[in-house]
Amino acid sequence: MLVGVLALQGGFAAHARMLRALGAEVREVRVPADLEGLDGLVLPGGESTTMTLGIEREGLAEPLRVLIGAGTPVFGTCAGLIMLDRAHLGLMDIESRRNAFGRQVRSFEADLDFPDLDGPPMRAVFIRAPWIASHGPGVEILAEVDGHAVAARQESRLVVSFHPELGDDVRLHARFLDDVRARAEG
Amino acid sequence: MRDEATFRVKAGLAEMLKGGVIMDVVTPEQARIAESAGAVAVMALERVPADIRRDGGVARMSDPAMIKGIEEAVTIPVMAKARIGHFAEAQVLEALEVDYIDESEVLTPADEANHIDKWASRIPFVCGATNLGEALRRIGEGAAMIRSKGEAGTGDIVEAVRHMRRIGSEIRRLATLDETELATAAKELQAPPDLVRGVARDGRLPVVLFCAGGIATPADASLMMQLGAEGLFVGSGIFKADDPEARGRAIVEATTHFADPERVARASEGLGPAMVSLETRALGDEQLLARRGW
Repeated sequence: MLVGVLALQGGFAAHARMLRALGAEVREVRVPADLEGLDGLVLPGGESTTMTLGIEREGLAEPLRVLIGAGTPVFGTCAGLIMLDRAHLGLMDIESRRNAFGRQVRSFEADLDFPDLDGPPMRAVFIRAPWIASHGPGVEILAEVDGHAVAARQESRLVVSFHPELGDDVRLHARFLDDVRARAEG
Repeated sequence: MRDEATFRVKAGLAEMLKGGVIMDVVTPEQARIAESAGAVAVMALERVPADIRRDGGVARMSDPAMIKGIEEAVTIPVMAKARIGHFAEAQVLEALEVDYIDESEVLTPADEANHIDKWASRIPFVCGATNLGEALRRIGEGAAMIRSKGEAGTGDIVEAVRHMRRIGSEIRRLATLDETELATAAKELQAPPDLVRGVARDGRLPVVLFCAGGIATPADASLMMQLGAEGLFVGSGIFKADDPEARGRAIVEATTHFADPERVARASEGLGPAMVSLETRALGDEQLLARRGW
């Protein structure tokens, strides 16, 4: 099971550590050739402006659309959520609002009810985080903070506006890897 | 239920800057150029280190109006510098809601015995270090990110290499020590023992480690990343060069592809002259900024 982590910039190392701890083989993705043969892909947090420029510089937009459009499971966190929205790669029917909670001084952690996951609430770290301001009918909202959508799923695409890779709760990564395994074996 | 300004939230922003370049800017216009060149954050200050060096005198926190102008100009994080030990400047920067505060040796120190108590601030701090003990003392005081100091404003990479190699080799050495020896190492490093044990166990600092001070070219960026930096601060190297936008872009590209010499070569082509540089060895002791802080 080979999972790519977009490594232009941002929180890619923490994702890679968590995925490896869960038994996945991980490849850092910087150029289109790195996407060959991936069973799943993580778009990490980082600075969305910088990441957008990097995707453009490397010519990654079209290959990403092909890979993810074909149903390869993708997990986007924070800036990764923004990359998948209507205004960026256009791979999810969501409109995101950048830095929606405010500057760094408003960044926070909170216990998040995640009905989709078994067990206790998830301790979620929000850093200059976006939220999902609106979405189409094919999108299922999975969690909210103060009435704002912060986690969603559309087919094989899972996005959260917080940073599960910075904590020690591996449930979302495990869920993502279940999807990757199911598709790789199916 | 909502906890703001936890250490995880503070250190987490630095995690999101990893693999990126933080650029010094002195105007909103430069901030916009830095953002479009691919900077992950900007450092708002009145004079870049090369000019602080040239002008002499006391260097202080920047004008809040200038910092606000830069905050309004870009959507990437905005950092600003406070003098070592000047907790009132840090309070002002907190009131301005900058995203990160750099307690910086580039400014003239305000306290020769004490660094700022960084736990007291809701804003995360980055601090400079020339060695592991200094890095761990700053983390003990609440710093959520470390940068090697190098020698700011010179365009000479030699001090950045010295500091990054020293931090790296001291980390590697800790991993070879047993529990008794670690207690002694903590005393020698003058660092909190629990932090020393953590570094020995994990083989890295508990916060993100960037490099600063002397980076002027894409090859400099690649060098420092290969020596273990997780990202870069570039001060005078961009806006003191002939074509700042092209150089900024090139250094960003070389930072992402630091392990790919062909990409670094391509990024280095046709950039025009680098900043006017100073050889650190030719500077007198009183001109060395890295000696400030302890």
